[in-house]
Amino acid sequence: MNLHLKVWRQKNKNAKGKFVDYEAKDISTDTSFLEMLDVVNEELIKKGEEPIAFDHDCREGICGSCGMYINGRAHGPQVGAATCQLHMRSFKDGDTIVIEPWRAKAFPVIKDLVVDRSAFDRIMAAGGFISVNTGGAPDANALPIPKDVQESAIDAAACIGCGACVAACKNASSMLFVSAKVAHLARLPQGKPEREKRVMAMVAQMEEEGFGACTNTEACSAECPKEIPMDVIAQLRREYIRAFAKSEEKV
Amino acid sequence: MLSEVKSRSAGLDSKVPAGKLEEKWTNHKFKLKLINPANKRKYNIIVIGTGLAGASAAASLAELGYNVKSFCFQDSARRAHSIAAQGGINAAKNYQNDGDSVYRLFYDTIKGGDYRAREANVYRLAELSVNIIDQCVAQGVPFAREYGGLLDNRSFGGAQVSRTFYARGQTGQQLLLGAYSALMRQVGLKKVEMFERHEMLDIVVVDGIARGIIARNMVTGEIESHSGDAVLLCTGGYGNAYFLSTNAKGSNVTAAWRAYKKGAFFANPCFTQIHPTCIPVTGHYQSKLTLMSESLRNDGRVWVPKNPSDKRSPDQVPENERDYFLERKYPSFGNLVPRDVASRNAKEQVDAGKGVGERMNAVYLDFADAIERLGADNIKEKYGNLFDMYKRITDEDPYKVPMRIYPAVHYTMGGLWVDYNLMTAVSGLFALGECNFSDHGANRLGASALMQGLADGYFVIPYTIGGYLAELKKDKVDEKHPAFTEAANNVKGDVKKLLSIKGNKTVDELHRELGQVMWDNVGMARNEKGLKEAISKIKGIREDFWKNVKVLGENEELNQSLEKAGRVADFIELGELIAKDALHRKESCGGHFREEYQTEENEAKRDDENFAYAAAWEFKGVNAEPELHKEELVFENVQLTQRSYK
Amino acid sequence: MSGFFRFIDSSVGKKIVMALTGLFIILFLVEHLAGNLLLLLNDNGKIFEEYSAFMAGSLNIPVRIVEIGLFFFIIYHIVNGVRLWWGNRVARGFSYKVNDPSENSTFFSRFMIWGGTIVFIFLVIHLRTFFFPYRLGNPSNTMYEGAVEAFSNPYYSIFYIIALIFLAFHLVHGFQSAFQSLGIRYNKYTAIIKNFGIVFSILLCAGFALIPLYFLFNAGGN
Repeated sequence: MNLHLKVWRQKNKNAKGKFVDYEAKDISTDTSFLEMLDVVNEELIKKGEEPIAFDHDCREGICGSCGMYINGRAHGPQVGAATCQLHMRSFKDGDTIVIEPWRAKAFPVIKDLVVDRSAFDRIMAAGGFISVNTGGAPDANALPIPKDVQESAIDAAACIGCGACVAACKNASSMLFVSAKVAHLARLPQGKPEREKRVMAMVAQMEEEGFGACTNTEACSAECPKEIPMDVIAQLRREYIRAFAKSEEKV
Repeated sequence: MLSEVKSRSAGLDSKVPAGKLEEKWTNHKFKLKLINPANKRKYNIIVIGTGLAGASAAASLAELGYNVKSFCFQDSARRAHSIAAQGGINAAKNYQNDGDSVYRLFYDTIKGGDYRAREANVYRLAELSVNIIDQCVAQGVPFAREYGGLLDNRSFGGAQVSRTFYARGQTGQQLLLGAYSALMRQVGLKKVEMFERHEMLDIVVVDGIARGIIARNMVTGEIESHSGDAVLLCTGGYGNAYFLSTNAKGSNVTAAWRAYKKGAFFANPCFTQIHPTCIPVTGHYQSKLTLMSESLRNDGRVWVPKNPSDKRSPDQVPENERDYFLERKYPSFGNLVPRDVASRNAKEQVDAGKGVGERMNAVYLDFADAIERLGADNIKEKYGNLFDMYKRITDEDPYKVPMRIYPAVHYTMGGLWVDYNLMTAVSGLFALGECNFSDHGANRLGASALMQGLADGYFVIPYTIGGYLAELKKDKVDEKHPAFTEAANNVKGDVKKLLSIKGNKTVDELHRELGQVMWDNVGMARNEKGLKEAISKIKGIREDFWKNVKVLGENEELNQSLEKAGRVADFIELGELIAKDALHRKESCGGHFREEYQTEENEAKRDDENFAYAAAWEFKGVNAEPELHKEELVFENVQLTQRSYK
Repeated sequence: MSGFFRFIDSSVGKKIVMALTGLFIILFLVEHLAGNLLLLLNDNGKIFEEYSAFMAGSLNIPVRIVEIGLFFFIIYHIVNGVRLWWGNRVARGFSYKVNDPSENSTFFSRFMIWGGTIVFIFLVIHLRTFFFPYRLGNPSNTMYEGAVEAFSNPYYSIFYIIALIFLAFHLVHGFQSAFQSLGIRYNKYTAIIKNFGIVFSILLCAGFALIPLYFLFNAGGN
């Protein structure tokens, strides 16, 4: 199949970017989307033009590196898949494909389709953990955890930190990302001792980074490659209310 | 015994403590010198890589009080390729009451590795495995549970007990996120300074002691110097030397290779693992191969049609015309034979013309029986995400049609030679996880990589690094030392050279050429002629590379071609060493199968008389022959036997 | 800022405030509708007038307090909503060239600020027509007569009905969103809350729309 691409090209953080047209020729339907870009890039290099920069690593949908806005959708048209898991069979011969980087103030473009998602790491550093030092942990079976609790924890823990939630949200809100971690840890007994501190710290950092506020459009969950459910966001709010109610600070 | 090892090969002291196997680690920990808690903050430790080994080491060292600088080439520490491990992590917990023990895990690992691993290291690994599970659960890793709330286990290849802990098909992800969260906690506490999008390009060695690194900031191109009292390489394996592998696209050997060029020894590079269950190649554009977890072999049955070139669709092939070749040849382990055995057998079937699929390059992994026996829901619960992943890639539904699988390069048992303390031949330079060579011998058992990475990071290095630092003379070598300037200038020179060639071949083209040679001649079956041919071809590719590579753009920007070019240059040099190592090892063992050395039943035939050693190669110059150092492997506890999974 | 104000001004807290004030306004709307439906009793507004006199009574302290609260909440709801909208616009920064949000979210969820703005304009006109003259001014006729007069004007009635449609849009998302914002979302109830919200929004606005329709088609009928 042959495709027309319109790709956002931007030399660096401070440069002004623009869309550039490329043709992708003789692409097999079994090719992955990123492999299609590889093919285009090889041709560009041969022609002496700089290849399109994009983040990618594992190419099996788990590292969360890749992510682009493809024809108006985060990670493209395939539901429940990261960009690397999108295959060209999702497109038709002759299609025009517009490829843009994630757009959010908190995710500045570094180059072309590569954005800076370090805000996510800072949110995690603020509270996305259980404070246990190495060593001294009790036997793993000392604390039985009901199977359904464990299952619901892993539903939330499946987040790959790709940023599609932010990209798809009209408010560029990172609530799904933050809530997934809050819910993962709040659902497990090991996470309960720090639950109030954790949710307060993570929400504060999320705001500090300049993400928008969640207005429940549910776009994040719909576009999430791991299909993290909306109930994690509700859980974050419950945790937040609880943390406020229990805080020692005077009203 | 130990002194004998020392005398046979000067400079290769494995530092394995004396005493009984079960007591070595405990005694060693006691004998290691300690550093006063208040003094720990005076030491700076550099950790390269943030996978299971790197993240766990950086977090644990910071918790102890050391100042840590952590580097990764990805945009976030959470993306290291440990995240992609699917199946599980072994631990000798014996929660299933099925006869497991530390000794059995040790024994299975030594045997699975075809007796080419160091006993003491493997025993320590088995011993620590139980602590890992405890630690991870405390961090909130959601391992699978039984209805009663206790932890569940599954079986993996090469073992007859259920000792594998798992979190759906995303165990690596959950373990890494656990280690990553511990790391981020220390970042928040300012005990770890993170350097994302930084690639280590050289080790700075002064008077035989590692004093720091040179790294390139991949966004600005700046060549940075970082000094430290110890450098930990936790940079994973080198499977991408084959171009197509299950590794992440960014996985590379550069850090380990540059360490090798600075005096660390590279051990057993030819011990590469070809994983039996991967999705076969579909076309020339293929950029990587996707693994289907080994756990699938718990319930899936591997078969091919009995008649070569049988073009019927699988459901049209009647039961009596199918060959369940693993079950037929290995009745006691059946589909759960170790990876090397499973892979070689699949290759044998495909080479015999019995391959399935359009390109006849695969064997079936069939779940029809399991679905009938356990129900589709049960299978979905166990493997749902793997089935989805398969369907997405191939457009075929494995609930209805058997999966097509074929072996692919997956893991590398070889790596930097380290002693019992995980220190390389360069003082102060340590290697952890897949980056070192120590624990898996010639073949790694499934679910043992995660175990090793975390054992090294959480429970070994925090002790052994103290022992090293306590004896290190406090003569600070900082970034102003001429050795840093020199190393930085060399790196700058290399970058400039790559950018100035302006040839006519892209980096990927050259990488594919290398990969083809590696796969054809240094792959699942090797022979003298092929290996010699490989060595000469790789030399040709190296010359071609430095004449014809085309790297556009400049250094002072995000330049992915430049990053790749540096890595491929190292892969090419490594490829040659892999082939040389494979050529010198005139025996078959584990993942290293030399066609000249096989039993009558086509199994790997070891030569314990002459090759029961780890081959540690010392760099002598790009165009010079590397020097071989042998670490004789001493087996005091297990008896070397021909592996049999029948 | 004390803890409470920090809480209600956080991104999560702002939505909690939106939810609580929104639900309060919804309760008011139910009461308001019940009162308005008295207009349809065909008694020349007798009972309606008694009801409005009771509600407007200066000694009816509880209602006066609630009324002040209502105005405060409405203003807070509006100001807070505008602040959320603006903050969220800034958070995006650079817009996409091609964006297809219809694939991942409902129109109503993305239309809140605009639906809300239209409802606000309506509210101002509505207050000008009824609240200010009859509650604060010196009206020349009864409120019932005022309503009949206003709704006999087809332009006013059509405007009123259109505004109600936008109010329904606002509530279709707003109702279920309020529960989500308060953290009330459990898989087994989600569908119930969403469906109830839709039916409720339609019925509420249809109820309000009955009144202009009634007077429009019965104009001069009495």
